[in-house]
Amino acid sequence: MQPKSQLAQILKRFETDILAEWVAEQLRSLKASGQRSDAVRDSELREDCRRFYQSFADAASSANASDVMATEWSEVRDVLTNVSRSRAIAGFSPSETARFVFSLKRPLFQRLGQNLSANGDALFDAVQTTSDLLDKLGLLTTEIYQKGREEVISRQQTEMLELSTPVVKLWDGVLALPMIGTLDSYRTQSVMEALLVRIMETGSRIAIIDITGVPTVDTLVAQHLMKTVAAARLMGADCIISGIRPQIAQTIVHLAIDLGNITTKATLADAFAVALERLGKDITDRRAAR
Amino acid sequence: MERIPLLRVGDFILVTIQVDMHDRLAMSLQDDLTNKISTTSAKGVLIDISALEMVDSFIGRMFANIAATARVLDAEIVVVGMRPAVAITLVELGLYLTGIRTALDVDHGMELLRVATARS
Repeated sequence: MQPKSQLAQILKRFETDILAEWVAEQLRSLKASGQRSDAVRDSELREDCRRFYQSFADAASSANASDVMATEWSEVRDVLTNVSRSRAIAGFSPSETARFVFSLKRPLFQRLGQNLSANGDALFDAVQTTSDLLDKLGLLTTEIYQKGREEVISRQQTEMLELSTPVVKLWDGVLALPMIGTLDSYRTQSVMEALLVRIMETGSRIAIIDITGVPTVDTLVAQHLMKTVAAARLMGADCIISGIRPQIAQTIVHLAIDLGNITTKATLADAFAVALERLGKDITDRRAAR
Repeated sequence: MERIPLLRVGDFILVTIQVDMHDRLAMSLQDDLTNKISTTSAKGVLIDISALEMVDSFIGRMFANIAATARVLDAEIVVVGMRPAVAITLVELGLYLTGIRTALDVDHGMELLRVATARS
């Protein structure tokens, strides 16, 4: 237990000095990396460092000093989680985030070296355990950082999904679904659900799926479209696919995709005219009739 | 044993499914409906499934069978009020129920039946 308690003792005895050097080191590297100095305020950094340092010192002097996943280290992990997550959201790079932990090495090793210079073996042991601990904590930061970034990505994905699936009512009994962007199975699924639910709510007999904003149509996308049309048909609504650009029409033919008996139209206007006709409505030009 | 009531309305038979379908119920519905069509020589069948919240492959296939049987007996069949979740499930199961007419509500379904039977 000797080296571990050495670390704990030094952490306690030189708390103010090490903390000050550590903060200074971080501020320096933040400045060196440029633009980031405004992303984290000095007072915030100081507070984070102080909390991390204290919980680290407590955990290092506990019985489970070497296992960072033990309950004694939960507070250390909490502080790290907060720091990494907020940095991930603020747009820090992974190495900038991990530096929070790794920059503690230099001031800590300096103190260890000064105090254990007489005993080489003890110094080596102390440095090794400290290094091990900080490495594990550093890896932990990277992991949490990664998780934070993934959360950001998944949030953006859901936001994009919400943005891209508006179902518009064009007329009493006519719905339109302007699809925009690449269609994957997940998106098509949510689009399909949104459309079917709106069909049920509004009792619309005709739904126009407009694919003007879909950049490419491959066999998979075509299959998704066919499924949507089939599901709408099962509910009792007819689907018209519109907005098929010339290149996409060629692709569909080249890929030998059979759109079956789905009505397809070149533009949304054409599809709308068909829809009104099926509902028994006429569009007349009043000036021409006069 | 519970049974699904079959109501005769003019030339048509009205079937409203108000309970969750299980396999035996679906089988007995098929039997009852076939008998009813043949005894009443009905021209059309309207099945309202707006209360049905779940289907599995068996129930889906049963619908397809019922429709095929009805067609053999020269009766038009219309399924009305299918819920979105049910429609998605059937499509994912590959049961497109081609040949079955569908409608959003009973009103629309009746209209379809009238048109279809008037034509034949």
